[in-house]
Amino acid sequence: MNITTLLINFAYIVSAGLFIFGLKMLSHPSTARRGNMLSALGMLLAIVVTLFYSGLDYKWIVVGVVIGTVIGLVAAYKVQMTSMPEMVALFNGFGGIASLLLAWSEYHQHPELSVFIALVTVLTAFVGGITFSGSMVAFGKLAEIMPSKAIVFSGQHIVNGAILLAALVSGVLFAVNPETSYAIFMVIVVVALLFGVTSVIPIGGADMPVVISLLNSYSGLAACAAGFVISNNILIVAGALVGASGIILTNIMCKAMNRSLANVLFSGFGSVVQATGSGEQQGEVRPATAEDVYYILEAADSVAIVPGYGLAVAQAQHVTRELGELLEANDTEVSYAIHPVAGRMPGHMNVLLAEANVSYDQLVEMDDINPRMDTIDVCIVIGANDVVNPAALNDESSPIYGMPIIETHQAKTVIVLKRSMNPGFAGIQNALFFNPNTRMYFGDAKASIQALVAEFKSD
Amino acid sequence: MEPVFLTFIFVLTIFLGFELISKVPSTLHTPLMSGSNAISGITLIGSLTSLRTDNMTLAIILGTLAVTFATINVVGGYAVTNRMLAMFKKKDDGGAK
Repeated sequence: MNITTLLINFAYIVSAGLFIFGLKMLSHPSTARRGNMLSALGMLLAIVVTLFYSGLDYKWIVVGVVIGTVIGLVAAYKVQMTSMPEMVALFNGFGGIASLLLAWSEYHQHPELSVFIALVTVLTAFVGGITFSGSMVAFGKLAEIMPSKAIVFSGQHIVNGAILLAALVSGVLFAVNPETSYAIFMVIVVVALLFGVTSVIPIGGADMPVVISLLNSYSGLAACAAGFVISNNILIVAGALVGASGIILTNIMCKAMNRSLANVLFSGFGSVVQATGSGEQQGEVRPATAEDVYYILEAADSVAIVPGYGLAVAQAQHVTRELGELLEANDTEVSYAIHPVAGRMPGHMNVLLAEANVSYDQLVEMDDINPRMDTIDVCIVIGANDVVNPAALNDESSPIYGMPIIETHQAKTVIVLKRSMNPGFAGIQNALFFNPNTRMYFGDAKASIQALVAEFKSD
Repeated sequence: MEPVFLTFIFVLTIFLGFELISKVPSTLHTPLMSGSNAISGITLIGSLTSLRTDNMTLAIILGTLAVTFATINVVGGYAVTNRMLAMFKKKDDGGAK
């Protein structure tokens, strides 16, 4: 190891330290931004020192870096906050394909691999490929380019199993004799891309938080495996950090839905029409006008706003904040109760409300608000459904039984903003809507809240 | 021995990652995802070193594509995370943006 290589590798250690500190500072909103900058600085350092390796082809590096930077910056600054899940899925996929291409390029240049290196090369290509095509499907579903509901076909598990088995067999065949196995390598790449598609299409829209977290984890693991291929510590450290992060988020999301990862990945939840629970809990729905809601809110001392994916669809975050401010001006205590799986990715609602300038100390987690729900005068449910369905607590026949919910039905009054009485993603009727203390305020979320704001202002 | 050392680092980092990430509040889960996503663009380092002057055509194409995609991942990921985190404010911070 010459002196340049030694220095470069020392700089990588500094980079790894910066990534770690950056992630540590993400534990509080007040330090998070500096944390992200530190992490970016670590990345910049790693990139710059890498350029000191001798024999690099700078011409093509410049081409790639310039194109990538322009696309990345434009995308990052153009994207709307409501489209953040798609954006993350897209970037994630790009990380995956980069790892795949790296493994391919390394193999192409040095086909004479040891068994260990051959195995990690195959692994990198496989995980990278799944990350790419899986993320693209997730992107398509989130951007509604393709149907967001679960797409299931008969024998899906058998197909997926066969694909996995094929990948495993080809991987072993490849590792035994990599030098003459170019065709097998290509088969593995194709199989990985196929598997990404077939494993993500059966997952429905509201399960997207789990899938995005999982793909996030895969992209890290692909980078990590690539680190083994080229014996580079910084790839292993950074990739493993991301892999761990994605796994933790996946786990949090699964817990928040009371489902196992296997259940999310393989059940095609929401694609089957649920017969149970619907039809029996009918009762009287009490609709309310903007004026009725205004009088209820005007008299309330404490209000909790419960947002869901409907808020993002209606782009209602700004008017919601305006309503919140008017309520506060009226001496009402306002908080925003956020379910972990509300929206299409972890923390989706928090970002939207932050964009609308809601102070982050008003954003309350489910476990903090539930114990004091009975002291809250009014809950306003905006475009959320299954995450406030009391059937999850008391109806054992319900498909969502056991899922932790925001217990809005404990509040003195609940106002539900909803387009119509259509059931939510899980296809189950919501008993909350028929509760004696619930008022239904029908209409588009944004228009409805604007009407409320107008009522407050005209007063 | 090298695979052993690399695996050693891998395993320790996974534990460290679990410790670090479990302290991130749910409010910041989206920036965490996009920020860690940017970190996964670290594969860029490998892509850079794979672009050598003695490369054959296919390796140049693969390498350049890898560098491009990884750069989008890194630059876009950090920029969008920064943009998101700039929005997380407390009322008494008085920031008017």
